[in-house]
Amino acid sequence: MAELKEVSLQLPASAEDIAQLEVGSIVYLSGVVYTAREGVYDRVLKDGASLPDELIKASGTNFHCSPAAAADGSGGYNVGGVTATASFRFSKYMAEWLDLTGTKIVIGKGGMTQKDYKEVFAPRGAIYLTTVGYGTGALLGRGVKGVRKVQWLEELGLAQAMWFFDVEKFGPFIVDSDLQGNSLFSQQGELVNQNIDKLYEGLKTPALHRYGETDDRKDELL
Amino acid sequence: MIANEAIETAGYEIMKKAAIDIPEDYLAGIKESQKTETNTLSGYVIKTMIENYEVATEDRRPMCADTGLPRYYVKIGDNARFGGGFTGIERALRSATARATHDVPLRPNRVHPLWRTEHNNNVGINAPEIEWSFEPDVDWIDVTTVHKGGLFGTDYRMLFPGDGIDGIKRFFLDTLIAFGKRGLCCQPAIVGVGIGGSKDTCMQLGKQAACLRSVGDRNPDEKISELELELKDMGNSIGMGPMGFVGSSMCVDVHVEVGYTHTGGMPVSVHTFCLSSRRATARLHSDGSIEYRTDPQWFTPYMRRETVEWPS
Repeated sequence: MAELKEVSLQLPASAEDIAQLEVGSIVYLSGVVYTAREGVYDRVLKDGASLPDELIKASGTNFHCSPAAAADGSGGYNVGGVTATASFRFSKYMAEWLDLTGTKIVIGKGGMTQKDYKEVFAPRGAIYLTTVGYGTGALLGRGVKGVRKVQWLEELGLAQAMWFFDVEKFGPFIVDSDLQGNSLFSQQGELVNQNIDKLYEGLKTPALHRYGETDDRKDELL
Repeated sequence: MIANEAIETAGYEIMKKAAIDIPEDYLAGIKESQKTETNTLSGYVIKTMIENYEVATEDRRPMCADTGLPRYYVKIGDNARFGGGFTGIERALRSATARATHDVPLRPNRVHPLWRTEHNNNVGINAPEIEWSFEPDVDWIDVTTVHKGGLFGTDYRMLFPGDGIDGIKRFFLDTLIAFGKRGLCCQPAIVGVGIGGSKDTCMQLGKQAACLRSVGDRNPDEKISELELELKDMGNSIGMGPMGFVGSSMCVDVHVEVGYTHTGGMPVSVHTFCLSSRRATARLHSDGSIEYRTDPQWFTPYMRRETVEWPS
């Protein structure tokens, strides 16, 4: 089996670092990574809450993640596992968020659409890394060396709060999108699609269609 | 007599074990998939997942940070005697959930569906679910916990007898292809298929087939067992591996459970139990001892109630 290319990046990643990433390569990160998902996006983009700008700048890396973590009783946090959550749900926030924060790397589960990459990510010099598996919580947890800060813990809860992690050889991640807006998931999906018609050959269709298969409410299911 | 404190101890321990240690049957199953996976990306994902299980066990950290929705399945022997009553067991398991959530730590996933408020401990209204079953002629209590992600990979469809096995196969493919893309259902998975019953039974049977039977276990009905293997081959021939990459590792196993259903219908449900198939069982004996294992042994002959008990 062929080997995949492996790259280690120091955060914040430079424009050159990002430009050299190829879809399908493996990436490890060191530096500061922050988590932000709908709770944080709404708080900042809708409610106008202000961000810890210096830390965001030092990171430039938004992880779509809720950690398995708990307060350790002495003012710190015990971070166990770290796993991404599905990113497609945050598509609508991305343009404004990337503009506001200057974030260049987004990490998550499952990628975004090719359209998002072409129209939102690539023009802003940003790329997307996907977690592997997606259950590599323990491996990623090992890469978290400490919690730099937790923003809005009380207001948003553990899962939605904004965590700033100090990370070292944090990964692995796979490059899903590059600066041309290519997407590994789209490429792989197209290859898989070529086989699909063959799978259904000879299987007769059910008598009743499914509610939800059409958007035309005047259609019958029969 | 089984003390209520023992139930809480067992509940707490299995919460930890489920979150951290991959069940050996699933690990053996994914290593089998690894042998036949020829795609570089899919092979890389499987290799990384196996490393992740090892790190989880070494570091005693959860293998996946998404705790899913932790829940319990309790099987009580007819001759079991326990100190706290049925509601005592429920209280003990709620308390064990909250403590394990803090101590492991697990992600507090459970929130109010409308207000999104939470207690930060995976306990709340109707949560964790506790399902009950019973077993004749024994005096133990089995408590199983399952942590299963809940957003993708499950679907239900009402088919009709005329749609036949073809209809089931199509729906099975539809579900795996739709949720397999980008790996939303975190395959390779143990896929559970529920056939029959009423809608809720159908969902329940499929869910239990995925989560409460170990890899390699076959349905005692020979024809259903053949269907399980046929569906497994079919799933692995989609051409999709982990994360929706090109590959051949979609199903680590397929389990089918059936229930008598309406004469006019054939409801079917499909459930995927992910790469971090988290389950653990404790057996509480009447002498106070507790044994731990990963095979829930949920579908006993009594559980399936295959026979009618009186002459027809």
